[in-house]
Amino acid sequence: MKLSELLQEDLDIEIETNRLKRRDFIKLTGASLGGLFVFFRTGSFDLLAADQKRTLPTDYNAFLRIDEDGEVTCFTGKIEMGQGVITSLAQMLADELDVAFESVKMVMGDTDLCPYDAGTWGSLSVRVFGPSLLAAAAEAKSVLISLAAEKLGTTTDQLYAQGGVISVKGEKGLFVTYGQLTKGNRIEKLLDNQSKPKDFSEYKIMGKSIIRTDATEKVRGKALYAGDYRLPGMLYAKILRPPSHGASFVSADTSAVRNIEEVMLVEDGEFIAVLHKDPEQAEKAIRLIKAAYTFQEKKVDEKTIFDFLLNSETEERVVNEKGDIKNGRIASKEVFESTFYNSYVAHSPIETHTAVAYLEEDKIIAIVSTQSPFGVQDMIARELDLPLEKVRIITPFVGGAFGGKAPAQQALEAARLAKLTGKPVMVHWTREEEFFNDTFRPAAVIKLSSGMDDQANISLWDYKVYFAGSRGSDTVYDVADQRTASFSAKNVHPFSVGAWRAPGNNTNTFARESQIDIMAAKAGMDPLEFRLKNLKDERMIGVLKAVAELFGWKPAKFPSGRGYGIACGLDAGSYVAHMAEVKVDQKTGFVEVVRVACAQDMGFCVNPHGAKMQMDGCIMMGLGYALSEEVEFTGGDIKTANFGTYQIPQFSWLPIIETVILDKKEAMQAGGEPAIICMGGLIANAIFDATGARLFQLPMTPKRILEALSKV
Amino acid sequence: MEKIIQFELNGNQVQMPLNQDQSLLWALRTHFNLTGTKYGCGLGFCGACTVLMDNEPVRSCTIYMADVEGKKITTIEGLAPADQLHPIQQAFVDHDAMQCGYCTPGMIMNAYGLLLKNPSPSRKLIIEGMNNNYCRCGAHSQIVDAVESVSNEAKLNQIK
Ligand code: FES
Ligand code: FES
Repeated sequence: MKLSELLQEDLDIEIETNRLKRRDFIKLTGASLGGLFVFFRTGSFDLLAADQKRTLPTDYNAFLRIDEDGEVTCFTGKIEMGQGVITSLAQMLADELDVAFESVKMVMGDTDLCPYDAGTWGSLSVRVFGPSLLAAAAEAKSVLISLAAEKLGTTTDQLYAQGGVISVKGEKGLFVTYGQLTKGNRIEKLLDNQSKPKDFSEYKIMGKSIIRTDATEKVRGKALYAGDYRLPGMLYAKILRPPSHGASFVSADTSAVRNIEEVMLVEDGEFIAVLHKDPEQAEKAIRLIKAAYTFQEKKVDEKTIFDFLLNSETEERVVNEKGDIKNGRIASKEVFESTFYNSYVAHSPIETHTAVAYLEEDKIIAIVSTQSPFGVQDMIARELDLPLEKVRIITPFVGGAFGGKAPAQQALEAARLAKLTGKPVMVHWTREEEFFNDTFRPAAVIKLSSGMDDQANISLWDYKVYFAGSRGSDTVYDVADQRTASFSAKNVHPFSVGAWRAPGNNTNTFARESQIDIMAAKAGMDPLEFRLKNLKDERMIGVLKAVAELFGWKPAKFPSGRGYGIACGLDAGSYVAHMAEVKVDQKTGFVEVVRVACAQDMGFCVNPHGAKMQMDGCIMMGLGYALSEEVEFTGGDIKTANFGTYQIPQFSWLPIIETVILDKKEAMQAGGEPAIICMGGLIANAIFDATGARLFQLPMTPKRILEALSKV
Repeated sequence: MEKIIQFELNGNQVQMPLNQDQSLLWALRTHFNLTGTKYGCGLGFCGACTVLMDNEPVRSCTIYMADVEGKKITTIEGLAPADQLHPIQQAFVDHDAMQCGYCTPGMIMNAYGLLLKNPSPSRKLIIEGMNNNYCRCGAHSQIVDAVESVSNEAKLNQIK
């Protein structure tokens, strides 16, 4: 699938997207930085720009700098939120450039220093930014070698580079370092794609497991997140929030806070905030403000939402059509009709949305917990009516994001208050604000009709996804007559929704993989065997076979009572297959996940250890949406306010996790999201195998499991 | 008159004006600029704010400053001298027991408290003892490995 198509799928759901502007980086960075500059084109982003009609940069997307002392700095608009690109991008640059891994320094997500980047999402960092970075490093190396040839009086093919040193082949002692070359030679060069990156088999640093480079700072408590910055005279701001989404502001009585010592009140139309050097005092003060609202809410809650969504006016987009589903119906000996549901899910990073903003003369500097520093820069410039160069966003370590920090409203709040008060202003959302303002993973419905002929071949696939988006709605299996359509509508949800780790794919994979097991059970076949029989895609077959070996899968007719589950899928270019073993307490409906195995084909893997940690993380996080996570609400009033009523996975849930990454020397694919997509279907299928009960709604809470058990 | 309270913070006697509404979490973060102790929920659910009070792991977001008077508080910054890592910190590095790292200080302080009480807990006891410290990134298995690796006799003396 083309990248642009993947992005289109994400756009099916209402993601807050900030208008992106073309940037000229020579102007932006100025001539103040020393060393060797290499600019490079980003072929893949060109493709995106053309396809999506967004004005993404077509020129220089990223660059690196080689200092006189040989230190290499990589500037990237990508940010580090736990996914580990601070390490893997450094590995890539070091390997391609032939310098020591330790000599690479990363500068990330600073809009004054780094080249434009739309945002860190969609698992694009390694698979799209990565090749561009490799191309730049390859070009930088050829420039250095040609400089070395001049200096050493040789031809370029007599030279080779290693560890930041260029030497003459067969001549000991005749060499020059990158640092010596860049000294006094400031070179700018537009890349023309002539120097080719190495072959995958030549990489020495890539493909090696490297422990994350930010670990020491993090264990000391010294790694700085946005909320950890301390500026002279800094005030914490608390903003007046409406009681529910969709409530309209009428008036506010702020008299109670006007005369409290050290409390500063800001009223800017409906935007009302109190500031204090102590956040708890600010919090106390904001509660004294009495505000009136009118309500025109959608009268729905977490139970009625599905009917409400299905009854709303939607737009249909055909994602894929092959053959004719009418014929498929005729060819089917048996047709299976299912409807799958999933509830709203919150991102819940442990670090809430946080930003601190201050003025440097007439320029706003904001240190922001965000996945999209340039998006935030655009938003602040637009909303506060400032030219872009008067807004600088700095992204420190981000304490988890999962899609939820693409929108970064808190940054605008901080910037606005800094501008109004002239003070450094910290906005550090409480957990309650985090739940209230989150852009949830949308509630969604999937209607699926599938058919099977008398040979257990899938003969029909008629797939309709409502509101999840089409990412991951691939049929995957080999079906002659199939159709997939995605239905969406604007402003239909009672509050904001957005991209949640592998957007759409969790919901779609849950539906598809559940349905496949329903058919396999009916055919009286082992679900692995049924999958293999109906698959043509070699990469999918590869991960299924790998996970079966890892797990020690023994074929059986399901339900076998063993509590075994299986699911597979693909996301952002990577293939995953999972197997699990669960125990279900039939009295309480409580599920214990005993073990989970996962095989992943992600093409060439830059940092296997880092990638496996992402797989572990996906599996753990995925247990939450599979078993417990669900936002409760009445209209725009979000009832879920803190972790007491929103259960995320805990240590006691930890299954035995085994993972394997297939050894591939092919294009690099995603690593941060794929392994989460199967978790719903995997656990649903395992519960079925344990009990014979089929679950059609996520999360599969004890209550829903008991309900399903009562129907067995 | 403003009341001044005194307590021990990372080995030093400190004092500060008492503010009845102030939690230990925000006193640490704002008054003492010790930002290693994190805010995650403010209600005692997540453990991001875990510190030791008289060698017991506590949720600093739920402790009011009036109750800190005369107590001994240890934060992540006080676990090891500036140029060294405590064995638990080292174990977290060696096992790569973090992703975003935001929960990490709370995890380490909670694990430290556990090991002070029982230097060799079983894996099961570690899981129970860590259960109410939340990690959204899902670094659980590496965290358990890290804590387990310190929980043996050889490391025992270094901890104390
Ligand atoms: S911040 Fe104290 S327990 Fe969550
Ligand atoms: S490492 Fe991110 S919350 Fe634990």
